[in-house]
Amino acid sequence: MSALDLAQKLTAHFGDLLTIAPEFRSEITVQVADAQKIAEVCAFAKKELGCDYLIDISSLDHYGDDPRFTVVYELSGIGHNTHIRLKTNVSEEKAELPTVTSVWRTANWHEREIYDMMGIRFTGHPDLRRILMWDGYPYFPLRKDFPLSGKPSDLPEVAFTKPAPLEGGPFVTVAGGKDSIAREPRARIPEQD
Amino acid sequence: MPESLAPGFPNRISRFFLNRMSTVQDIEFKDAAARAADAFAGNPQLPEDGEMVGEKMVLNMGPSHPATHGVLRIILELDGEIISKAVPDVGYLHRGDEKIAENMTYNQFIPYTDRLDYLAPLANNVAYVMAVEKLLGIEKQIPERCQYIRVICCELGRIQAHLLGLGAFAMDVGALTVFLHTFTEREKIYNLCESLTGARFTTSYTRVGGLSRDIPPGWVEQLRQFCDEVVVNFDESEQLLTRNPIFVDRTKGLGVISKEMAIDYGLSGPNLRGSGVDHDLRKKSPYLVYDRMEFDVPIGSVGDCYDRYLVRMEEMRQSVRIIRQCLDQLPGGPINVSDGKIVLPPKDKVLTKMEELIHQFMLVTQGQNAPAGEVYFGAENPKGELGFYICSKGGGTPFRMKIRSPSFVNLSVLAELLPGHMMSDTVAVLGSLDFVMGECDR
Repeated sequence: MSALDLAQKLTAHFGDLLTIAPEFRSEITVQVADAQKIAEVCAFAKKELGCDYLIDISSLDHYGDDPRFTVVYELSGIGHNTHIRLKTNVSEEKAELPTVTSVWRTANWHEREIYDMMGIRFTGHPDLRRILMWDGYPYFPLRKDFPLSGKPSDLPEVAFTKPAPLEGGPFVTVAGGKDSIAREPRARIPEQD
Repeated sequence: MPESLAPGFPNRISRFFLNRMSTVQDIEFKDAAARAADAFAGNPQLPEDGEMVGEKMVLNMGPSHPATHGVLRIILELDGEIISKAVPDVGYLHRGDEKIAENMTYNQFIPYTDRLDYLAPLANNVAYVMAVEKLLGIEKQIPERCQYIRVICCELGRIQAHLLGLGAFAMDVGALTVFLHTFTEREKIYNLCESLTGARFTTSYTRVGGLSRDIPPGWVEQLRQFCDEVVVNFDESEQLLTRNPIFVDRTKGLGVISKEMAIDYGLSGPNLRGSGVDHDLRKKSPYLVYDRMEFDVPIGSVGDCYDRYLVRMEEMRQSVRIIRQCLDQLPGGPINVSDGKIVLPPKDKVLTKMEELIHQFMLVTQGQNAPAGEVYFGAENPKGELGFYICSKGGGTPFRMKIRSPSFVNLSVLAELLPGHMMSDTVAVLGSLDFVMGECDR
């Protein structure tokens, strides 16, 4: 079964909810229009299409655009070994979508990581708390408006952070672009807030 | 708790865990006299089946415990010696690699991949550049010689990682000798790495579109000699462990992960195959020249610690088999793609020719110009499926790069796996899962 077959079976069942994006590097991406339906789509993919192996969940932050976030699910199946990608957009105001932990238990830690790094909440998650940063850390570091050098934070008797000096940068240059201070998050002094 | 700082941050949850994070916890212990008084007062602490109810004790294992191979912390709730609840706590080695990647060109990130699974840096280097090459759409143009060398790198990495995994596993359950045996061989791999890449540990050997350099003269012979020596070492280690009653007692029937559970938890690598799932990306979706190699994929039957040990042992033998085939078939020719927009030109041409000078300048300052799009590439690494999801909006830096690290996923099973085991078996279970925190925490 090819990835396109999988995608077509999904669209045949869910109709307008799904759109198949143009193939890129022989990978099929299916866009789910309503983030609230993602768990339903995933459960169908697992039960009817044999996608019993969730490889990964990742998230994108399109800072400045609306909807701001995208959550990306990489599905595969041990039986057919076909990779398919599901994507759904989440707005900044809501920043919430249903969990898929009841479909695959491995989603538990992936969703916790996304909550930790991007601040997207998963409704119905059994244990939604930070995983890589410590409990009580106030920011979501993978968001695009979080500077690379970090922001100061303080949690008495637990942990603290200070911006990193980052001397020796910048590492990326674009010909004719802005100067390094304006362009580079790592060279910028984080806003004092 | 700075409540004003995080809009939408669920304060109730964090406060709950803040309380649990403090190093000192109040545990109520009634002394023997109080218990006796209770019993006398007709309030005996005996359940119906006649077993004594112990008071639950919370034990912090890690982050600096020798069996956690780094900085894993597990909060264990013990009922006597039986674990009744386990809460793994990761993130002590979090360095923000994904954030760093967003601010660099693709080649600049290669040194960071050394530090993911630092027991097999060569294999990480290969997996990462393969993902970038998939994004650039040049994976079909990679010269044969480069592909063979990359396969050798992957398999050397596998032997390297499994040697440490086995040695440390055996040491954790009380067999110190094996550790010394396997480390003798690892030292030889470090020497091979040094002559191949110039570094023993942080190799950074691959480049997008090729390799940083060709293999040095005499290296093939050294590698052949190593292959002959290391298989003897496998036999010795196996003699020390496989039929060793103490080792078998401490691993057999412990930490059983069923087939269904392994798939549902997304385990990969030897941990998945130890549970009897025949899933190896080298066979299922072959990359590089794995489709030309003859090798077997060992799978377990029970899914316990002993099976995972056996799978790793056999995988190393298969890796040696693959390396030998590669060395026999190793073709000549270039090691880099012949595209000046992908790979740095040779230095003598940079200094004499205008076009090469421009290419060099553009590559160093801007990097490879990737098209907009997104790819996922997963490679069968020693610990499991190391995957890179790269989202590009065009240009020389990724818009977002997510690292799917096998150790992170493999560790998520602990919360369900550990309860019901003895406290002392935790080290056996951890050793058999064979994780690296550098990769788990990224």
